[in-house]
Order: sequence, then C-alpha cells, then structure tokens
Amino acid sequence: MIEWLQHFAVVLLTTCRDILPIAVIIIGFQLLVIRRPLANPKKLLIGFIYVLLGIAFFLEGLDKALFPLGKLMALQLTTPEFLGINPIEANVSWQTYYWVYIFAASIGFTTALAEPSLLAVALKAEQISGGAIRAWGLRVAVAIGVSVGLTLGTFRIVTGTELYLFILAGYIIVIILTVFSPKLIIGLAYDSGGVSTSTVTVPLVTALGLGLAQAVPGRNPLLDGFGLIAFACLFPIIAVLSYAQIAQWLNKGSLSSKP
Amino acid sequence: MFSIKNRFIKQLFLSFLDLAPILAVVLVFQIVIIRQPVPDVANLMIGTIFVVLGLTLFIQGLEQSLFPLGEAMAYAFARKGSLFWLLTFAFCLGFGTTVAEPALIAVAEEAASIASKAHFIEQTNEAKDDYALGLRISVALSVGFAILIGVLRILRGWPLYYLIIGGYCGVMIMTPFAPTEIIGIAYDSGGVTTSTITVPLVTALGVGLANVIKGRNPMTDGFGLIAFASLTPMIFVMAYGVMR
Repeated sequence: MIEWLQHFAVVLLTTCRDILPIAVIIIGFQLLVIRRPLANPKKLLIGFIYVLLGIAFFLEGLDKALFPLGKLMALQLTTPEFLGINPIEANVSWQTYYWVYIFAASIGFTTALAEPSLLAVALKAEQISGGAIRAWGLRVAVAIGVSVGLTLGTFRIVTGTELYLFILAGYIIVIILTVFSPKLIIGLAYDSGGVSTSTVTVPLVTALGLGLAQAVPGRNPLLDGFGLIAFACLFPIIAVLSYAQIAQWLNKGSLSSKP
Repeated sequence: MFSIKNRFIKQLFLSFLDLAPILAVVLVFQIVIIRQPVPDVANLMIGTIFVVLGLTLFIQGLEQSLFPLGEAMAYAFARKGSLFWLLTFAFCLGFGTTVAEPALIAVAEEAASIASKAHFIEQTNEAKDDYALGLRISVALSVGFAILIGVLRILRGWPLYYLIIGGYCGVMIMTPFAPTEIIGIAYDSGGVTTSTITVPLVTALGVGLANVIKGRNPMTDGFGLIAFASLTPMIFVMAYGVMR
C-alpha cells in the first residue's frame, strides 16, 4: 500500500512538472500583460486540480492495467511461433499476418474512443455547433479513421512499401475531399487528426510497430518500425471529411425526395 | 449536493463505457486468440478503476477550468487589442507546452539513438543527449510558430486549407532530402506533440478568438490550430535531420 502511494505520488509530481510551463505562461501573462483578475479564480483552481488529479489517475491506471497487457499482446501476436512462420524464410505472404491487422484495427478503434484530447475537442465542437455535430458521432468517425489507418500502417510494415507513398496518397485524398466538403467541418476535421493519438494510443501503437518490424523477415525496426502514428493521424481527417460528405449527401437526398 | 453526486456518478459510468471497448478487445485477444491466461487480474482491475476515475476527473476539470481559462484569455487579449502580446502569448503557449511534453522527450531520445546507430552523430551519450535536446527545441519552436501563424490566420480570416496544403507541400518537399532513417520518426512526431492539456487550452483559445472577432465564425475559423501544430513538427524534424 505504502509502496503504491509512493508510486502514485511520483506520477502526480511528474504530471505537475509537465504542467508547470503552461501554468507559468498563463500566470505570467495574466499578471504582467493582461493585469486583470480572472473571474471565479477559486472555481478555476479547483478545476485545474481536478485536471491534474485526473491525468495522474489516468496515467497510473493505464500503466497498471492496459499498457503491460497491450504491449505484451503486441509482442505475442508478432512472434514467429504465433504466426507460424519460419524466421529464416525470406518470403512470407502478407496474408499470414491477418491477426495483426485485426488487432491493429480493433485496438485503434477502441483506444481512439478513450483518448481524452479527442473527447475535449468533440465536446467543444458539440457545444459551439449547438448540437448539430454530435460528440459521439465525431468520436466514432475518428475512431474508424484511426482503425483503418493502423490497419494500412501494419500492412505497410509487412510489405515494406515506402512510408511517404502512403502519406502522399493520403494528403491528395484530404485535399480532394476538402474541396467538396462543407466549410463548417473542415477545421474540425483537420484538428481531429492531431488529437486522435496521444496518451492511450501512442505507447500501444509504438510497441506494435516495433514488434512487427522485428518479426517480419527483412524489416529493420529502426527504419520500418515507425510511421504508424502518422497513419493514425492522417486517416481520421479523411474519415471525418467523408462522414460530412455522406451526411450532406443523405440530407440532400431526403430533401429532394420530398414533394 | 445530491445532484452533483448524481452527475459525478453518471459521468463515471460514461467514462467506463468509453473504456470498456479497449478492455473487451484486450481480453478477447488474450483469452481466445493468443490463449494465454490474463496475468495479474488484481492490477488490471485496480488500473481500470483508476483510468475511469481519472477520465471523469479530467472531464470535470475540463469544463470547469481549461475551457473557461482558454476563452477568458482570448477575450482578455481581444479587449486589450494588442496584436504583439497576443502573438507572443500564442508562441509561448506552443513552445512552453511542447518543450516539456513527455511523448516528445521519448521520441527525441529514440531519434537520437537511431542517428547514432546510423553514424550521423558520434556514438557517445553526450552526442546523443545533444542531438535529442536540439531536436526537442526545434520541435517546440515549430509548434510555437504554428500556433502563432494559426492565431494570425483567425485574426485575418485566411482559409485554413491554404496553411494545411502549404504544410503538406512542405512535408513532401523535405522528404526526399531528409535522411531515410529519420523519415518515420519525423512523420510520427506530428501526432505526439499535442498533449492532453494543450489541446483543450488551444482549442478554447481559438474558438474564443473566433467568437469575439467580428466576422469570424467559431466553427469555421475557431478550429485548425492543432492541425497546423501537428504539421510543422514533421517539417522541422526532417530539416533538423538534414542540417545535422
């Protein structure tokens, strides 16, 4: 119990240290530049303490429960024994790794749903769109994007295709979709790429990428193990833009079908 | 008091629903597909309770503190009417929150060890630390710069896709020049630099600014700060790789 408390205290202190620069900047500007008292400082402070405690509990919990198991699984799924391949064999067809793709898809979908940054942006979007954009719908769209992105990303590691080809193709799709998308959604869609990968997703996905690059014959973990996060950032943009497109298309359809 | 408790319990339940899918995936894979016993069930349960509690507290604090704070800063700067101070604040916020970001520190160390294995830099710990620190500072500079430009965009009303397409072109132009070993890390660095606290603050700042400035729509103009801030690190990390 005492050992555990000590560990939690360390996590809490680390969180405080990470937040320190932000606090210094805000307080500094508040005191030196704005020079106006904040409304409701007590409420803000209590809220800030909630955020601190919340992040500390969140990280500690992930460290205890999900990360060890998730990382272990990423490694187990990519062992030659599990995949049933001979490590000396040079040519293994990409279908052999189907469990890895399924795992990448499901872990991408589910971790994106639990990502606190995405939750924050989705709440804000629901707030200012007056409920026209549902926080839940946005999060599911992003989660689908992350899931597709990670599946393609693991496929890329297995086949050893150049990373930039996929990213370039993704960029072109984003630009084409942007032209046709409703203006209201564009900023939100772009932002959802940056927020879909943070506290929960990054450690698990990194473990998966490095494990896979080690297991596939002919891949170098240093060269091929990275890039999954980039996929998980790009595809939510495409997913949210397509979602807006489909929603618009359905709306038009239902409007024109009315007499 | 009763209603607050009730809301807290409801939020706890919602947080649990957010987390349940991950648990289901992990357990199904572990038991059905890998067919290994789940190690350390007690820790798994305690950890899950922690994550649910943490997420609930975070959301509570978000609505009570980070969102209002970001918006209050936006209003205060708009009332003050000083472009210089607003842009300075934007830069400091981006730089300050990124330079200490734990995920970035991890990525920078990873990149340094790759650079050393690929013989870009000397194989000493000193050279590695040097490289990692330089990388962290250049990424933090790039995020500060991105938030600054993003805020300027909201003020001037430039369309967001100009910046994003420009950023995409920057990434693609840098790629052939960058050393192959650094490309994967550089592309990944875009996603890891925006942290759990930065995101709500920066989002609220952008939306708040778009709210106060006449002729701006919070929906079309308020978002996009994060997007640009996750593009510039890719360019800067590759540029760093070229220069070293």
